[in-house]
Amino acid sequence: MNTEQDKLKVAPIEKRVEAIDQVLRNYGLEIESFVDHFHDLAFEQWIPNNGAKLVARAWVDPQFKEFLLRDGVGAAKSMGFSFPAHHRYLVALENTDAVQNVICCTLCSCTAFSIIGLPPDWYKDLEYRARVVREARTVLKEMGLILPSHVQIKVWDTTADTRYMVIPQKPKGVDGWSESKLADLVTKESMIGVANL
Amino acid sequence: MDGIHDLGGQEGFGKVRFEQGAKVFHEEWEIKANALYSLAVKSGIFNMDEYRHAIERMEPRHYLSASYYERSLTSLASLCVEKGIVSQEELERLAGGVYPLALPSAKGRSNNPLRQSFEPGNLVRVRNEHVSCHVRMPGYIRGKQGIVIRVTPAYPYPDAHAHGIDAASEPTYDVEFDALELWPEGSESAKVHVGVFESYLETVV
Repeated sequence: MNTEQDKLKVAPIEKRVEAIDQVLRNYGLEIESFVDHFHDLAFEQWIPNNGAKLVARAWVDPQFKEFLLRDGVGAAKSMGFSFPAHHRYLVALENTDAVQNVICCTLCSCTAFSIIGLPPDWYKDLEYRARVVREARTVLKEMGLILPSHVQIKVWDTTADTRYMVIPQKPKGVDGWSESKLADLVTKESMIGVANL
Repeated sequence: MDGIHDLGGQEGFGKVRFEQGAKVFHEEWEIKANALYSLAVKSGIFNMDEYRHAIERMEPRHYLSASYYERSLTSLASLCVEKGIVSQEELERLAGGVYPLALPSAKGRSNNPLRQSFEPGNLVRVRNEHVSCHVRMPGYIRGKQGIVIRVTPAYPYPDAHAHGIDAASEPTYDVEFDALELWPEGSESAKVHVGVFESYLETVV
């Protein structure tokens, strides 16, 4: 695809998807049932509320927080969440008054998607992948998160199949709230580390 | 490979198009493309390392102009052709036009026989290697020193696993680098943590 002329002849993307659909169908794969199953995974099961529940429990239960920090997969499984086969290790990263953790994947767009949800569009964009490891403070500021200068930023580049989630700091004024009400406060962005609560 | 995908630290990119609650999918075909590649992995047609590498092998102008899901689709289609499930001609006949695919792969490599294990607190250096195969070492850490923070479970060695050659699993290390060591006088202050395969690391004496 080296010239403008080549680009003009490229089949529309929907046609290219349908062509592969046909190929895999001919190969004997059960497309319909899997696409339905994938819809369920993507929109009903791999939702940020999973990670939010882990965060909320870690906020109210110090023993669970210790478990989550020590063994992310074990803690997530203890609450009924699951992982795709290649995600063998989940590292929970605790934000404090002194440290802000931020997750990225510079080489592709890996995330702990069964826990914090599939990655949003901006996470997969070239701009975020290129810039956040080198100028995190500026990128976060542009995204609306202005950090005091004493806060150290730790950027986590997902280059192996270890996956990460950020435990954001609990907002003030929510003492005594139920776990489920606390979980409703926790956003996908806060578990990537680009927003605080 | 020193490919266009290796974006960490590249300059010249503009602002991140950020909004709270941003979408994962924008069009119906994207969901289908994602489901089809997942099914192909689940069915054993290819593994995740082969999938990632086929994205990296896209012609650079195509890579940069394609959306995330177009890259995903291109990898899926390229691997179906490379595995002999369909020919590019048949794909183009089915799609009714040109079907751009990834460029051919270089040879993979086996785990480094000289690799050694490390412990938290060890000072390590990333080997100064340029390899043309799949590699999960972002270029910005090549030759740089960092500190091992923790050992994470073994995974199949991607440089072999992406190329259909025998891939022993080996530990990966959470290595902490100082951004100011990665880009001297060229970055903001931060710690950058990277999951580094054992074969990519050497002891600092």
